[in-house]
Amino acid sequence: MNALISFVAVIVLIIISFVGAQTLGLSYLFAVIIPYLAISIFIFGFVYRVIKWARAPVPFRIPTTCGQQKSLSWIKNNPIENPHNWLGAFIRMALEVLLFRSLFKNTKTTLKDGPRLVYGMNQLLWLGGLLFHWSFLIIFIRHFRFFMEPVPWCIKALENLDGFLQIGLPVVFMTDIFIVAAVTYLVLRRLTDSKLRYISLVADFFPLFLILAIAVTGILMRYFTKVDIIGVKDIAVGIFSFNPVVPDGISSLFFIHLFLVSVLISYFPLSKLMHMGGIFLSPTRNLANNNRVVRHINPWNPKVKMHTYEEYEDEFREVMREAGMPLDKE
Amino acid sequence: MSETLKQEELVQIDYKPPGTGWMDTKPDIRKGKINWGAVQKSVEYLDLPNPRKWSPTDDDWQLPKDWKKIILEGMRERIEKFRTFQVFMDICVRCGACADKCHFFIGSGDPKNMPVLRAELLRAVYRKEFTLAGKLMGKMAGARDLTEDVLKEWFFYFFQCTECRRCSVFCPYGIDTAEITMMGRELLSLVGLEIDWITTPAANCFRTGNHLGIQPHGFQDSVDFAVDDLEDIIGIKVEAPVNKKGAEILFVVPSADYFGDPHYFGFLGYLALFHEIGLDYTFSSYASEGGNFGLFHSNQMMKRLNSKIYMEAKRLGVKWVLGGECGHMWRVINQYMDTMNGPADFLEVPKSPITGTVFENARSTKMVHITEFTADLIKNGKLKLDKSRNDQWRITFHDSCNPARAMGILEEPRYIINSVANNFFEMPENCIKEQTFCCGGGAGLGTEENMEMRLRGGLPRANAVKYVHDKHGVNVLTCMCAIDKAVLPTLIDYWVSGVQIGSVHELVGNALVIKGEKERTLDMRSDPLPGKEETEDV
Repeated sequence: MNALISFVAVIVLIIISFVGAQTLGLSYLFAVIIPYLAISIFIFGFVYRVIKWARAPVPFRIPTTCGQQKSLSWIKNNPIENPHNWLGAFIRMALEVLLFRSLFKNTKTTLKDGPRLVYGMNQLLWLGGLLFHWSFLIIFIRHFRFFMEPVPWCIKALENLDGFLQIGLPVVFMTDIFIVAAVTYLVLRRLTDSKLRYISLVADFFPLFLILAIAVTGILMRYFTKVDIIGVKDIAVGIFSFNPVVPDGISSLFFIHLFLVSVLISYFPLSKLMHMGGIFLSPTRNLANNNRVVRHINPWNPKVKMHTYEEYEDEFREVMREAGMPLDKE
Repeated sequence: MSETLKQEELVQIDYKPPGTGWMDTKPDIRKGKINWGAVQKSVEYLDLPNPRKWSPTDDDWQLPKDWKKIILEGMRERIEKFRTFQVFMDICVRCGACADKCHFFIGSGDPKNMPVLRAELLRAVYRKEFTLAGKLMGKMAGARDLTEDVLKEWFFYFFQCTECRRCSVFCPYGIDTAEITMMGRELLSLVGLEIDWITTPAANCFRTGNHLGIQPHGFQDSVDFAVDDLEDIIGIKVEAPVNKKGAEILFVVPSADYFGDPHYFGFLGYLALFHEIGLDYTFSSYASEGGNFGLFHSNQMMKRLNSKIYMEAKRLGVKWVLGGECGHMWRVINQYMDTMNGPADFLEVPKSPITGTVFENARSTKMVHITEFTADLIKNGKLKLDKSRNDQWRITFHDSCNPARAMGILEEPRYIINSVANNFFEMPENCIKEQTFCCGGGAGLGTEENMEMRLRGGLPRANAVKYVHDKHGVNVLTCMCAIDKAVLPTLIDYWVSGVQIGSVHELVGNALVIKGEKERTLDMRSDPLPGKEETEDV
């Protein structure tokens, strides 16, 4: 049901942009106003959210330790899974962000007769997630070819790498295939695994369908319908040079693509997609486990009612005396 | 109660979620799956809100009239105070990696025991009240009104989490369900939804220093009793000073160590060890509980109970503090104590008086773990050890959740065990070290009325023990956590049978060759040592 709602929502968005840009001729709205609006929402929203998180204090130092602590000199510690300084924590974070290290450890628990619990390897989600995120990033960077004139060498180099299989004309980018495959997998696993279906919200399917639609419209434009690339580049360069233009004869497929991207980036700061920023601020991962070496300060360390030794001895003096225990006040 | 639950029935676990969505499925609140509400006296003693006589099985939980306002205000306050709370509410993508990592989910199949859904219970209300998307789109955005039923669901599931943090190892963002459960429990406490096996031990610890509420002379008796028991075993009457001013070291253990079985055998091990090395130390009857039930209650309660250790170290004028085998006690010492009650600038950087080793890793807290201390003694050849005195045991080691995942003390106990015994066997790797499974009764849930959930939640741990029991003939599960030692006997007996629970320092006590000891025929349990069985009859 949640999947269906999300799917329909994306279809409606496609229809809106198709009708709006094509039938109603609102191309300026879709090529200029909405993208500007979306970029503004994205930037302000993203920054607002990150600042809000960053301003919240970290009262306690609570890293999840996944390896041996640094203690006695002759015991080999694990400086990454149980970092004892900022460098270890930095490497741990880098591995987390770049390679999804925690997800790589994923296991699948199965209950067999006996009863016997078995923990199998389960790296499919890791692979799907990694392919998806890296493909998304590379495709995003590749798009800079549309915003920049002349196209920087590094973008060209990335394109060459992405298309190094040299299949088809225009050359097929591997990331185009990967992203469609990975998103399809991510949707299918939410639909087929009963546990995941149970926990999945509209907010889990919607971005997947949205990104799938963006990828498909992009692929259609590149490989099949051959959109007017000069006109598209004029629009893109126009937006980023604050000198927007809308040439005639741009395919409605482009308007759909651009509108869906606009929706995605406006939706971003309101949604779970903010995990992109939040992962860097997760106190169980980005702190070193050095609490016993360096005192961590809680800015709001509360005053609490304590029970002092004097109160304790006052209450129990008689029995303590009888038991021959030392007393502060005789 | 465990006798009436049939194994065959408990293992019929259906991992398929029910037909109704989780927001429309009510929890099955009944004995076996819940913990009794806190007794009025304890709530009052600690000045906590809404003291009354109540039970979670009642229809009316006697909440204060403005309970909803109190909870929402409490949420707002915690959102401002804890970055964890904000970030963990905001960034979960529900990827499901945590789902089958929770021992309660594995053992019960209840989808709300998937860490992701446990957190969604809070998140849904958070979205409704504190996010734009939730306010605008309601249920579509996964938002939900806070009702009395929702609150009851919180109570049910936040007291079905042992704060073990296994899920946070696998979460790609490090979302820590222990932190979420702690927030949930703090909120529940604001309207008087407390469980007795947290609040009463906390009240007892606050007043008398130990979780059973035993008064100072009773504590002294326990220590004297242990000295006598040890004398029967080793033939030497050791010193065990209590509240001794000017001692070099304050030794703090969880209070179960001197009242509980099998903890007690490890306690005898400590006494023997300290005698052998001539350690200048003292117990304190006032700070006689290292274990901290406040951790399961709220950050304030944790601070209140923990404050005694430093205050007592100061009063007695010791140089540094040594801590015994315990689980959550060490999470508090490692991750909270110095922040809450430090700086301990009146103490010295811990230095072993026997080996001269300076414990740089405890430079600021000034508190050393007993296995760090003992491992250092062994490494430096300060102990004479007879491994064969542990040959009656085929040993495995259970990493307790908090020392493993909130500290990383993994190799010290293994080094000690391998130095004092011959037969050590690891459980499968997905069940040890940072992937270790909870005993099922941590974080205040080790009660009789919660037995069904304990047995279910303990299944993964017990199952791994059964594996090494069948394969290697393992007959003792050692661990260094007072809660483990309290709840594992029931659990292992139920699922495995034929495996005892022991302490690391029980094995140390067995193997330790003490100057001037009589010919040892008994182990720390007062059972005959291997090869000495016949002497029993003499």
